[in-house]
Amino acid sequence: MSVSFLISQARGVQKVIDENSAEIEVLDQKIGDGDHIFNIQRGLKLVVELEDSIKDLPLAKALNLIAMKVLSGIGGSSGALFGTFFMTMAKSPDLDKDVDFNKACEMIISGIKAMKERGKADVGEKTMMDVLIPVSEKLNELKNKSEFKSGLNEVIKIAEERMLSTKDMLATKGRASFLGERAKGHIDPGARSSQLIIDTICKSVINN
Amino acid sequence: MKKFINNNDDFLKESLTGFGKAHSDIINVNLDPSFVSRKNKTKDGKVSLISGGGSGHEPMHGGFVGHGMLDAACPGFVFSAPTPDQMQAAAEHVDSGAGVLFIVKNYSGDIMNFQMGAEMYSGKNDSIVTNDDVAVEDSTFTTGRRGVAATVLVEKIVGSLAEHSGSLEECKKLGEKVNKNAGTMGVAFTSCTVPAAGKPTFDIGDDEMEFGVGIHGEPGRKREKIQPSKTIVGNILEAILDNLKPEKNEKNLLFVNGMGGTPLTELYLVYEDACQILQSKGVQVTKSLVGNYCTSLEMQGASITLLKCDDEILKHWDSPVHTAAMRWGM
Repeated sequence: MSVSFLISQARGVQKVIDENSAEIEVLDQKIGDGDHIFNIQRGLKLVVELEDSIKDLPLAKALNLIAMKVLSGIGGSSGALFGTFFMTMAKSPDLDKDVDFNKACEMIISGIKAMKERGKADVGEKTMMDVLIPVSEKLNELKNKSEFKSGLNEVIKIAEERMLSTKDMLATKGRASFLGERAKGHIDPGARSSQLIIDTICKSVINN
Repeated sequence: MKKFINNNDDFLKESLTGFGKAHSDIINVNLDPSFVSRKNKTKDGKVSLISGGGSGHEPMHGGFVGHGMLDAACPGFVFSAPTPDQMQAAAEHVDSGAGVLFIVKNYSGDIMNFQMGAEMYSGKNDSIVTNDDVAVEDSTFTTGRRGVAATVLVEKIVGSLAEHSGSLEECKKLGEKVNKNAGTMGVAFTSCTVPAAGKPTFDIGDDEMEFGVGIHGEPGRKREKIQPSKTIVGNILEAILDNLKPEKNEKNLLFVNGMGGTPLTELYLVYEDACQILQSKGVQVTKSLVGNYCTSLEMQGASITLLKCDDEILKHWDSPVHTAAMRWGM
């Protein structure tokens, strides 16, 4: 993982989120209040725009700037959660040394753990954590394995399955939780956007 | 979408700037990070009250900054929680050393961002979370009830105690009492349109209403055919009374709040219906508030809040207040 990797991933994710924005917006209007997609899009735009100010920085500093930008520029639950994610990654030890696949996995795992604590949400509550926690568990299995590309295909599969599984869940956290039974039958918009992010990044890593 | 808007990116900034100019005798508006603060510095020894939340609920919260209520308010984007740097900057700006009490509505995004703001602020601080919406089932396993219109009452009553030298601990305690003594439920006739979305948040038929609606147009208990005001008000009050169970001799404040698109004429009619129904049930109404205080953009609809009042609450309700949206006694 490098600063240029982060920037190119942000661009890739931005493209995919933009292509799927209408779907995510509708999902959020069904069970939330429709702000999720705008928050995610605003956040990605801010991160992509950071390119010039972070491209020559050490990884830890770049991650910190991304964290502060996400935290101050997005708002809502997404801003706090993704801000926490990047802030935690920035605090990882030994970022001045080479960050290989193992190390990157560890950083993502610790980032997702911090999001879980911040949001006090676990698997089965119809939120983005339904996708992110199983993905984190799979990455934990994959790290230290030499052949990780096939493993990333499994990550893609898990993210998709878990995203789809939110459809029939009752929501107990987040805005959809106020709906009770009426939240059933709709995929959680945060789970969908998280799955798209994971899908895009994994595919990019596999193909390079 | 028909709105007074130039371009979406500047929507909030332009509105906040106008708010600052229109009320420059009471407040200052700081941009980047955005917060509204009192024109005058917090006096030494006075606890500072800071609230905030997504924009689109005006006059909440910026309209409640001023003597007898808030010291600062942090507006987020429309219907999105404000960010931790706003809370940190506002706290650093207003705290006179007596500490900061954050007043937070119970929504996941608000809770998380205020928590982070509180962690980032080095001064003494504490928080209270409002959750007065009886439309939502409360449970320790869920996000729980939403914080809605009673937040206005909490800000007024705790604001008075802070003005009267209440400590951070006492302010928190009173805020929690007011929140516990209050119950709210709302009904919407139309949706609202978030400017960035450009279209209504939900579809609703001409003859339908959303019963138990939230302040972001998020769905409530059920979708029903519209009924006469007395029936709607009766159903709302039934849910509130079921929850609050006021005693016969207890004094109550009745608050009819407009969602933004319903004329005052109708809100007063709702107030009259509510008074009659409460009287028939032996519930005493001794204080009133009617108007658009906790809105949902241009949504048509109203919420009713009942607050059980003891002498302490009554005293602090009546005390002078001077903000953009609420003013009496001075």
